[in-house]
Amino acid sequence: MLTSILIILFLAVIIGLVLGFSSVQFKVKGDPIIEKIDSILPQTQCGQCNYPGCKPYATAIAKGEADINQCPPGGEAGVRALAELMGVEYKPLNESHGTTKPKAIAFIDEDTCIGCTLCIQACPVDAILGAAKQMHTIIEKECTGCELCLPPCPVDCITMESIEENAENWKWKYPVYSISTSKTKVNH
Amino acid sequence: MLNNYLLIIISTVLVNNIVLTKILGLCPFMGVSKKLETSISMSAATAFVLTIGSMTSWAINHYLLEPNDLVYLRTLTFIVVIAAVVQFTEMLMEKNFPILYKMLGIFLPLITTNCAVLGIPLLNAQASHTLLESAVFGFGGALGFSFVLILFSSTRERLEGAHIPQPFKGSAISMITAALMSLAFMGFIGLDK
Amino acid sequence: MKLLDKIFKFNGGVQTNPKKDISTKNSIKCLPIPSELRLPLRQHIGNMPKLKVKVGDQVLKGELIAEADGNISAAIHAPTSGKIKSVEKLLIPHPSGLPDFCVTLIPDKKDQWIKKAPVNWEKLGMEKTIKLLLNSGIVGLGGAAFPSHLKLGNNRNSPINTLIINAAECEPYITCDDMLMRERGNDLIKGIKLVQSLLGAKQTIIGIEDNKPEAYKIISDLIIKESSVHIKVVPTIYPSGDAKRLIFLINGIKISKEKRSSEYGIQMFNVATIVAIYRFIVHGEASLSRIVTITGNIKEPRNYEVLFGTPLESLIQDTGGQKIRNNTFIMGGPMMGFKLPSIDVSVTKTMNCVISAEPEMIEAKKEPLPCIRCAKCAEACPVLLQPQELFWFSKSDQFEKAQNYNLFDCIECGCCSYVCPSNIPLVQFYRYAKSEIIAQSIEKEEADIARERNDFRILRLEREKKERAERNAQRKAENTSEEKSKLIEEKRAEIAAAMNRIKDNEKIK
Repeated sequence: MLTSILIILFLAVIIGLVLGFSSVQFKVKGDPIIEKIDSILPQTQCGQCNYPGCKPYATAIAKGEADINQCPPGGEAGVRALAELMGVEYKPLNESHGTTKPKAIAFIDEDTCIGCTLCIQACPVDAILGAAKQMHTIIEKECTGCELCLPPCPVDCITMESIEENAENWKWKYPVYSISTSKTKVNH
Repeated sequence: MLNNYLLIIISTVLVNNIVLTKILGLCPFMGVSKKLETSISMSAATAFVLTIGSMTSWAINHYLLEPNDLVYLRTLTFIVVIAAVVQFTEMLMEKNFPILYKMLGIFLPLITTNCAVLGIPLLNAQASHTLLESAVFGFGGALGFSFVLILFSSTRERLEGAHIPQPFKGSAISMITAALMSLAFMGFIGLDK
Repeated sequence: MKLLDKIFKFNGGVQTNPKKDISTKNSIKCLPIPSELRLPLRQHIGNMPKLKVKVGDQVLKGELIAEADGNISAAIHAPTSGKIKSVEKLLIPHPSGLPDFCVTLIPDKKDQWIKKAPVNWEKLGMEKTIKLLLNSGIVGLGGAAFPSHLKLGNNRNSPINTLIINAAECEPYITCDDMLMRERGNDLIKGIKLVQSLLGAKQTIIGIEDNKPEAYKIISDLIIKESSVHIKVVPTIYPSGDAKRLIFLINGIKISKEKRSSEYGIQMFNVATIVAIYRFIVHGEASLSRIVTITGNIKEPRNYEVLFGTPLESLIQDTGGQKIRNNTFIMGGPMMGFKLPSIDVSVTKTMNCVISAEPEMIEAKKEPLPCIRCAKCAEACPVLLQPQELFWFSKSDQFEKAQNYNLFDCIECGCCSYVCPSNIPLVQFYRYAKSEIIAQSIEKEEADIARERNDFRILRLEREKKERAERNAQRKAENTSEEKSKLIEEKRAEIAAAMNRIKDNEKIK
């Protein structure tokens, strides 16, 4: 009886020492997974996920506080990529955060703009050019389509224009054809 | 002498494969085999745990348990040792391969509960192997596990592009594939005669 | 020369029914100047050129309409004299059927040339010559439309010692290069000698397929006196006209995937491009026209020399139209070409051939069946890829794995689809996968830029906050409590004075 207890105790002490030593030796600092998650997110910085930007959302996913299906601009492809990275099951997009819309760019109606700079302060990527009492305009190339500039505008002069397909951004389409069984009878 | 070890390897990898013939260790087999990278890292981790675990379990059995007539403590002590080795492996992986560590997720600590990882030391003890024989048996078991795991994950990756009927998608087709592989491995019966 | 006698064969490729004699029965015909010329601005690989004219401008033949934008771009010139009618989005010969910017020119039928300025390249030097070539409008006329000035010029880092002339024209139906060699051989030889000196190459080898005996005879007679120009006949296998395949057939050198032929001291030009370069350097004529083959299901198929921008309808009308009407026209060859969205397009620099679809070409008759993994496509691929694997991954959107199998090395020659017993349109899948991958990488780049901008904005706001806090702290430190109470007293006095003024004003009212 005593021997068995002693043996188990002895084992426990040895193992405890080894593990304790190695836990100090192999301490891990930082969390590179956040960068990996952030690189999958579309960087629209729209806040539809209920976090103030893509990096905070990535941090929340890494900590386990947020679910992976809260990003509408990332779309289904984004959720699948996140599911694969985090090793969790794929979930369809959570509609309460919004729906995936085709890429659009903001446009300021210059006749109506009063130069209040409220939209400039709202833009998360500084895509609006302008100053107080001067004309404001959207820099097309930098706009991510987050729509954060629409609510602050006091005269509602900003609209979203969707990007149409043109000769520059046209993509080859997935070939669609029917695979039907041969209808001819085979005579033996 | 060498013949003996070669025989052990062949029997554990092909004839008595732990996953497909002995049907042990199915949990990581199904859970980790969706991608080839995770399978390779899981097989490496399991190989490490199995070999070290087999050797330490043999040592404990031979020097502590059998002389003191404490054979009934075998299961308990083996599990404790295996848990410790897995913990150590986890720490190693987290430090050196963080991405793989995150990808394996919960399956890395679950090596502790892998019945293959407990089964092989117990089989060693039952068959009264020597130290070297236990180590080779453990390593051979890990080799067989890795072999089948990698084959299976390659098949699953291939299946991703196939036209699978809706009712069979997901785990169903994987189970059927595993069953077919098991049938195929039945062909090795009698190889070690 | 020993090299000329050695026969090399590349793996893969297919034997096709050449169907070349349909359009070689008649000589090249020049059409009269049409009533309208529609010039797309994007006719080449690279940036869209910058417009230099506006609506209403009168232009002369050869005048610059749009200037090359940057180094990887080409210019557009007026093919004849006339007036600019409009600059708008019109239908272009592109598989998408989408419109793009075109300049419409109404010819005044006078065909007045701008002052021609031949280039004395030996005196000017290579740098200035290349600058002039940049705005010569010359692009690869074999169908790729790569700006030619980027391939000329003797870069000392990789000197060119062999010039190879691509006279193979391996795709069925197309005969424009064949007829060019038969009828404009003199210009071609002069051009070859010129380009050979421009590049500083020691020798030139013309690669021609063995199904062009007439052209071979004419050219070999012309180069008898030229010691450094040779002609080599290669067997007729599609795609022997592909650049890397032809180089291998001629001198057995295998150019590795990542490298260009210039790194091996070899440069290749199409015969039509050589003639264009010759006419620009020696005669000062910008690239204004090309030879187009109109063939297939046509009453009188032949080759035409047309100005760029000529409406395709007038060409088809001159040939007598289709024998069996189906309104389906393919631009390019039957292997690599695409269906034109409509005949309401104009001739561009890439249009080497227009095939009126024969009944057996129409897709509806060929129904694709599932892939049986016979790997006939892998046997036929001239680039030694694995088309069945590429198909498997492109079909299921596994783009990373497709790239592992070197998807972007595919030259889209169509050999795999040609031999597929299940009639699967393999090249369409690869094109789909390639454009999806490119679109995804563009999106990723834009996302990276947005992330940087967002990070900087956060940094900027924090910095402003810090500066404001510092300023406030400074101001507080400056004003001692005595001065503060003095300021407050002064302010109070001012307010009281203002209030009194208001009261007085009210009393007066």
